[in-house]
Amino acid sequence: MEKQTYNYAIVRSFVTWSVIWGLVAVLVGVIVSFQMIDPDLNFPPYLTFGRLRPIHTNAGIYGWGVGVIFATFFYIVQRLCKVPLWSAKLATFQLWFFNATIIASAVTLLLGFTTSKEYHEMEWPIDVMIIILWVAFAINIIMTILKRKDEQMYISLWYMMAAIIGVAILFVVNSAAMPVSLFKSYSAYAGTNDANVHWWFGHNAVAMALTAPPLAMFYYFLPKSTGVPIYSHRLSIIAFWSLIFMYLWTGAHHLLWTPVPDWIQTLAMAFSVMLIAPSWGSVFNGYLSMKGQWHQMRENYLVKFLILGITFYGLQTLQGPMQAIRTFSAFIHYTDWVPAHIHMGTMGWVSMIAFASIYFLIPRIYDREVYSIPLANLQFWLILVGQLIWSISLWVAGVLQAGMWNAMNADGSLTYTFMETMVEMYPYWWARAFGGLIYLAGLIIFIYNLYMTVKKGQPTATQSVAMEGRA
Amino acid sequence: MWEKKPVLLLVLATGAILVGTIITMVLPFAWVNTDADRIEGVKPYTALQQEGRDLYIREGCNNCHSQTVRPLVSDVLRYGEYSKSGEFVYDRPFLWGSKRTGPDLARLGGKYPDAWHYKHMESPRSMVPKTNMPDYGWLAKNQIDPLMIQRKMEVLGFPFTAEEIKALEGKTEMDAMVAYMQKLGADIPWRDTAKTEIVGELKNPYAGVDHDTMEAWESLYEENCAACHGEHMEGVIGPGLVGADYDEEVLFETIYTGIADGGMPSFSSLGTDKVWKLVNFIKYYHQEEGH
Repeated sequence: MEKQTYNYAIVRSFVTWSVIWGLVAVLVGVIVSFQMIDPDLNFPPYLTFGRLRPIHTNAGIYGWGVGVIFATFFYIVQRLCKVPLWSAKLATFQLWFFNATIIASAVTLLLGFTTSKEYHEMEWPIDVMIIILWVAFAINIIMTILKRKDEQMYISLWYMMAAIIGVAILFVVNSAAMPVSLFKSYSAYAGTNDANVHWWFGHNAVAMALTAPPLAMFYYFLPKSTGVPIYSHRLSIIAFWSLIFMYLWTGAHHLLWTPVPDWIQTLAMAFSVMLIAPSWGSVFNGYLSMKGQWHQMRENYLVKFLILGITFYGLQTLQGPMQAIRTFSAFIHYTDWVPAHIHMGTMGWVSMIAFASIYFLIPRIYDREVYSIPLANLQFWLILVGQLIWSISLWVAGVLQAGMWNAMNADGSLTYTFMETMVEMYPYWWARAFGGLIYLAGLIIFIYNLYMTVKKGQPTATQSVAMEGRA
Repeated sequence: MWEKKPVLLLVLATGAILVGTIITMVLPFAWVNTDADRIEGVKPYTALQQEGRDLYIREGCNNCHSQTVRPLVSDVLRYGEYSKSGEFVYDRPFLWGSKRTGPDLARLGGKYPDAWHYKHMESPRSMVPKTNMPDYGWLAKNQIDPLMIQRKMEVLGFPFTAEEIKALEGKTEMDAMVAYMQKLGADIPWRDTAKTEIVGELKNPYAGVDHDTMEAWESLYEENCAACHGEHMEGVIGPGLVGADYDEEVLFETIYTGIADGGMPSFSSLGTDKVWKLVNFIKYYHQEEGH
């Protein structure tokens, strides 16, 4: 059988480890959400909000996000190229080096070894590890593509290659530093330059690690799940090239009203608004691919995850440009609105697509039917409701706090002191922590469902494997 | 064509990525941190301040505090003069932050006396009861390492003297943190230029106010004054106020404009009405009670 030749062992391992790191990310997220409510839950020096929050974000991005990228890309690239992975040994090295890197990151961050740069907090030795990891991954993917049997490269492979190049450039440039010791370094850039370089990295890490790869997954797993092809090939070409061209101009929308030169801010603002077009290009390509297939939203839980995922992508890429406009940013920036926005992207868009992808993979890499579809449906609702409570409560909190920060008396003085605005946040922080708990429950059900599939799932019928054998 | 040629796709994708990168990320180096935005008076960090900055980074303070005041009315009223590029030329890395769970700290230097910071770091809730900031008193138990700091100063290329390094002997992490707090945004003389000049005659709008009315103003005192002057005006970091016979005008001016160089912050952002209420409360509340 053809499927014998594919390397599924590596996909299985990456699925397992990415899910483990995903659980760590959400668990730490819930812990820090309670630390924000009650400072007595901080246990210095290691277990404080200031040290745990970067562990939450980096476990989410590098452990869960990048872990899922490794798992799904290794599967997709073999299927689309119709050849086994170029090097199984390199992939195995990558797996254990990946886990070593994540563990080293968590330990060093707990110890307080940090650069402070958001989503890139790890000190320089770990930057070196991440670069080695990415190079190993890039070589394996690109070599597999080079010796593919299908000449035409499917959309997912374009996004894959763009992500590989993009992440490499961003990460290397933003890592530049002057080491003092093994665990302390100073940025190679100073002040305003450092800020501009960093948010060029920060925003495009979102583009190249948390947008292009989930799109690669979406474009592959949606047609696979529905059984009908993507609506428009031409639209996907336009959306792809305009997306990767426009994203890189927008980093400075994180720095509106700061000392970064105005013209950079204005360019970032303009390109952010223009980015709605390619983002929604993919959203609509997804929706239109559902023509005549909408009944599958009831019947096929994979489709439900994928379509809700792309819907959150659509909302995310409309809200983002809105926040990137100077006047709106002036009001909302620095409030709780911003984490609400980010979590719609990570908990809604990226994770929904990741859950669907893993549910799709499991029967194929383990030859087992998914243990329980009702549990998958329950998970879907817990994830959805948890995320909505999380984001909506903090959007309200953000608008409230922004309003209070800006409120002025008739004599031109400020109506509220900072503390008066902060104490108003507590009820919303409770709601957010509650939303996080619901999301965590959904994730635990997901893990239970995966575990039971592997342990007790029914062997897959040969028919479904044959069906899936289509390109 | 590119859909069949992976190397071509990689080259084209790299090109697409590099256009925006070069224009918005590489090109700005030609303008930023050059003579164009240099500011007279902005000095590199001293050894102690730099160590404090590194501790601020180690503890992840930037996760809750931003360090850039925007040129917006509410930002400037609340925090002070807006931030300028030239003030950050010695910042590696930048610490502007992205979230204000706590207030912005870009203009904190010189706002409070050192004693305020020591007490606040030790127990933030003893001064700001409802804050969610964790205690950092444990910083005072850790000594700093002069040799390591010297090495840092060398890597950064900041000037230092042997005496300065020697003086670090016996200092704690708390000392370094407070030194850093006092440096923040204080290199330009913005407090002098932003200071309100009171012109004309001051007239107490609440002259002869009765005790019951003043009782409603107690919360104003508790929120803004009690942390330093004590819950019953007995004095803590700042002097006691009971029985101190200040003129109404002097009291108003002191509260409104503050005392320079970390004596006392300005409370002009409260507005004249609230400041007058405080003047009356401080001067007459306890007298009427018969203290």
